[in-house]
Amino acid sequence: MRRQAKNRTGFTRRALLIGTGQAAVFAAITTRLYHLQVSQHGKYDLMAKQNSISERLVAPERGIITDRFGAVLAGNQQHWNALFVKDMAPEPDVVLENFYRLIPLSDDEKARIQQDLAAHPGYIPVMLKDWLDWPDMAAIEVNTPNLPGVIVQAGSSRTYPLDRAAAHAVGYVGRPDQKEAAQNSVLALPGMRVGRTGAEDANDLSLRGAPGFVQTETNVRGEVMRVVAQDNGTPGDTVALGLDAGLQQFAVQSFADQTGAAVMLDATTGEILAMVSTPSFDPTLFDKGVPNDIWNGWMNDPRHPLLNKATAGLFAPGSTFKPSVALAALKCGALTPDSTHTCPGFLKLGDHTFWCDNHDAHGTINVVTALQVSCDVFFYKTALDTGIDNIAAMAAKMGQGVDLGSDVPHVQTGLVPTLEWAKKHGIYWVKGNTVVEGIGQGYVQLTPMAQATMIARVASGLAVTPHLTRRVGGVLQPSSVPGTIPALDVDDQHLAVVRQGLFEVVNTPNGTGYGSRLTIPGVQMAGKTGTAQVHNNTAAEKARNFNDMTMAWAQRPNAWFVAYAPADAPRYALAVMVEHGNFGAQTAAPIAHDLMTYALLNDPAGRDKPLANPPPEPPPTVPQDNSA
Amino acid sequence: MNNDASLALRRPFRERSFGLARKFMRVNWLFVLCVCLLAGVGYAALYSAAGGSPQPYAQSQLIRFCGALVLMLGIAMVDIRFIAKLSWPAWVLGVLLLIAVMKFGHVGLGAKRWMTVGGIEIQPSELMKLFLAMALGSYFKRATPEQTGNFLFVLPAILATLVPMALILKEPNLGTAIITGAVGATVMLGAGVRWWWFALLVVVVALCAPIIYHHLHAYQKARIDIFLNPGADPLGAGYNIIQSKIALGSGGFFGQGFLHGTQNQLNFLPEKQTDFVFTIIAEEFGFFGSVAVLALLMCIVALGYYTALSCNHVYGRLVALGIATNFFLYCFVNLSMVMGLIPVGGVPLPLISYGGSALTAVMLGFGVLMSIHVHRDVEFPEREDF
Repeated sequence: MRRQAKNRTGFTRRALLIGTGQAAVFAAITTRLYHLQVSQHGKYDLMAKQNSISERLVAPERGIITDRFGAVLAGNQQHWNALFVKDMAPEPDVVLENFYRLIPLSDDEKARIQQDLAAHPGYIPVMLKDWLDWPDMAAIEVNTPNLPGVIVQAGSSRTYPLDRAAAHAVGYVGRPDQKEAAQNSVLALPGMRVGRTGAEDANDLSLRGAPGFVQTETNVRGEVMRVVAQDNGTPGDTVALGLDAGLQQFAVQSFADQTGAAVMLDATTGEILAMVSTPSFDPTLFDKGVPNDIWNGWMNDPRHPLLNKATAGLFAPGSTFKPSVALAALKCGALTPDSTHTCPGFLKLGDHTFWCDNHDAHGTINVVTALQVSCDVFFYKTALDTGIDNIAAMAAKMGQGVDLGSDVPHVQTGLVPTLEWAKKHGIYWVKGNTVVEGIGQGYVQLTPMAQATMIARVASGLAVTPHLTRRVGGVLQPSSVPGTIPALDVDDQHLAVVRQGLFEVVNTPNGTGYGSRLTIPGVQMAGKTGTAQVHNNTAAEKARNFNDMTMAWAQRPNAWFVAYAPADAPRYALAVMVEHGNFGAQTAAPIAHDLMTYALLNDPAGRDKPLANPPPEPPPTVPQDNSA
Repeated sequence: MNNDASLALRRPFRERSFGLARKFMRVNWLFVLCVCLLAGVGYAALYSAAGGSPQPYAQSQLIRFCGALVLMLGIAMVDIRFIAKLSWPAWVLGVLLLIAVMKFGHVGLGAKRWMTVGGIEIQPSELMKLFLAMALGSYFKRATPEQTGNFLFVLPAILATLVPMALILKEPNLGTAIITGAVGATVMLGAGVRWWWFALLVVVVALCAPIIYHHLHAYQKARIDIFLNPGADPLGAGYNIIQSKIALGSGGFFGQGFLHGTQNQLNFLPEKQTDFVFTIIAEEFGFFGSVAVLALLMCIVALGYYTALSCNHVYGRLVALGIATNFFLYCFVNLSMVMGLIPVGGVPLPLISYGGSALTAVMLGFGVLMSIHVHRDVEFPEREDF
């Protein structure tokens, strides 16, 4: 019995020892649990959320662009894209291999995808293929288990209902480049587009909107179990332009196959009602990527389809520069409304003879008649009397050769030379330079938009600025509110003299634009023709009074016509330039006639403020094509 | 008999002097309550593992548990001396089953561990641990300190431990083999075998570890490698440990709420209804819930010790110690594995994990434990009369 008792004490001691050891182990496990569950909770909780919640940003829908009446100029079209979120794939390389097996891509595309994957954080979806067709979609859907991280998402692409007709004015969008995407991670989202030209560029920030996000809970295989939260983001604002889609299309038709540009402004606000540059291009190509052959075609085309000639094409204005010269001369006193110059058909300056147009002698005439018949000699003399700096100063007031502060992107300011400019460029300025400046030749170079601005300012006496944007998100932009535009710092009497001259150009039989006078009863147009040489004619050519039509297309003069109407209460101002179109009266003025007739009959600007003297009803049929 | 005060208060015990009802009253009902509570926790965890449904885990496990509970209480009514007589035959049966499982067993998770007998899936290695504790208890029940100090006397016991160990290792099931060895060692230690022999053994094993590692199966090596560096292959073999730790850690103090653990509900947890069931509790009920479960597990181990310490006969003491230690080792290996403390091995969390064979084995052991508790005051005859 004693043995048993001793045995039992020994057992108790040993059992308690082992038991204590086991209790210690439990304590250690508890400590470890505390460490994992409480101390490191934050770390593991985050890991659990990353495990299960995947968030990705969603590109907002780009705002649409409409004309002034709400007709869509740039809209969105849905299509399907395959995207890839690297973070959602346990083995991204295997997934990509599987994808390429289903939908073969070119090596260039694969390289682009690798580049995108490397460039962006793993939660940013990368575009694998856009514009999926139905077989592609089906292949992806069926193979979803092999493609964790691959998402088929509705994307939207830009559509331009007016196609080529408004390509330069409305502009186009492109994919953000690497640099832009690096600066703004929102732009790295697939489907984001950046406006590159025209209104798309001018209003890019308004059109972009704010991105949304989708939070999904995914299981261990990356399959989406449910959508936790979704925010589609804020679509971009709708931007309404001052453009009238009908007028725009009509203007393009008026040009037919001629190269050139036209800008029509609301003379009281500077809103661009139409902006044409021909030939044009398909603006949707930039969204998808321009094929090489088309790109090379554009680059090699002597008519430069990508160039917006209305705003970035620089041309000598020719005689359409004369209103500014006249105003400058009237201002500095070189001319009075009644003073005259005699035109013998030429001006001799030193050993150089400057011819008047067609070598005609206009006799003794005043400034109004000089404008009416477009006498060169009168303006040679006037320019000499006025001086190049005075001309440049007045031109700047008229919006020529200066930055207009327009919202139109990629605008060339052009050039109206000054003595200072000549000195800076090492040009020895002689009187002959000033003489040719008087008729808009020589160094002076201006865009059709600048000329439209000039004629609008002459017509309204207001310092209007041409601009595309009329409303953003429904809000009328301050620049489009009539009655808020400051008056031009030019004497009203001087403007009246020039307006009289421009009226006579179109409405008197001797006027150079008489052939294009309006046929609508009760409404007159005022305007000015221009024929600007681009080829320095040789003495021999000048001596035989050459016919420009016989020259090669690229050497023929540019034809200009600037106009406004109605003459008594100007509302529409227009500049038309037909590249290498010979005489302004011959090619540019008929287009101006058609556009002006269309504008007056339809009165696109009149929705806000109707014409003071509307043309009588019923309106005659609008001529469809008069450019031949 | 020692006539000290505590024994004087005890009712004189004679063979078959009290009936079934009195025996039933002597069952440690606190112990049974703890077991039932753990089974309830298991039901909740399995309900959650199925995404909030009693199918396919929770309900069938509950039915199994009810059957096992009846079995346990039934065994508790059997006289411990009768059970003691069955000790060695049980050991022999265990060894035979281990041999049988190698020949006829079906393969699961790369090892032959299971076999089906009469429609019931059994895992002989689980039963073996209980049978070993019983055999050793029987061997040492009349041993004197002189005998337990004699290596030649202890040698058969060591062999009785090593034979099933070797067989289990051959399955292969390293985890259970080690637990078997540890159970055997604990019983021997409780019997009075010199503790420094075990210390020596531990040193020898530690020295041989590299050689043992060399002879391990590839998957066993992989488990050890992963354990040492789980981040090396996060989506491969180390995945289990990482996801399991994320589940534990994301639980926080009060957990993410029942049925709201993302790791569990979105299937990031591997084998969550079996070996990793604890992660469900930890994720959804937090540190608070985990500690509550730990406390219940500890209660069961402690009550096993209580039975061992309050038992008057050596056989009962040793077997109770073995059963309590076995249960403790189950919990320790499973919890450490889930927390990334030791290499992963297919050891379930008793009473909570889904699966029948481990539950049956554990409840069988608890039946023997309760029998010891009920018959803690019986006297074993001085001589065995077969």
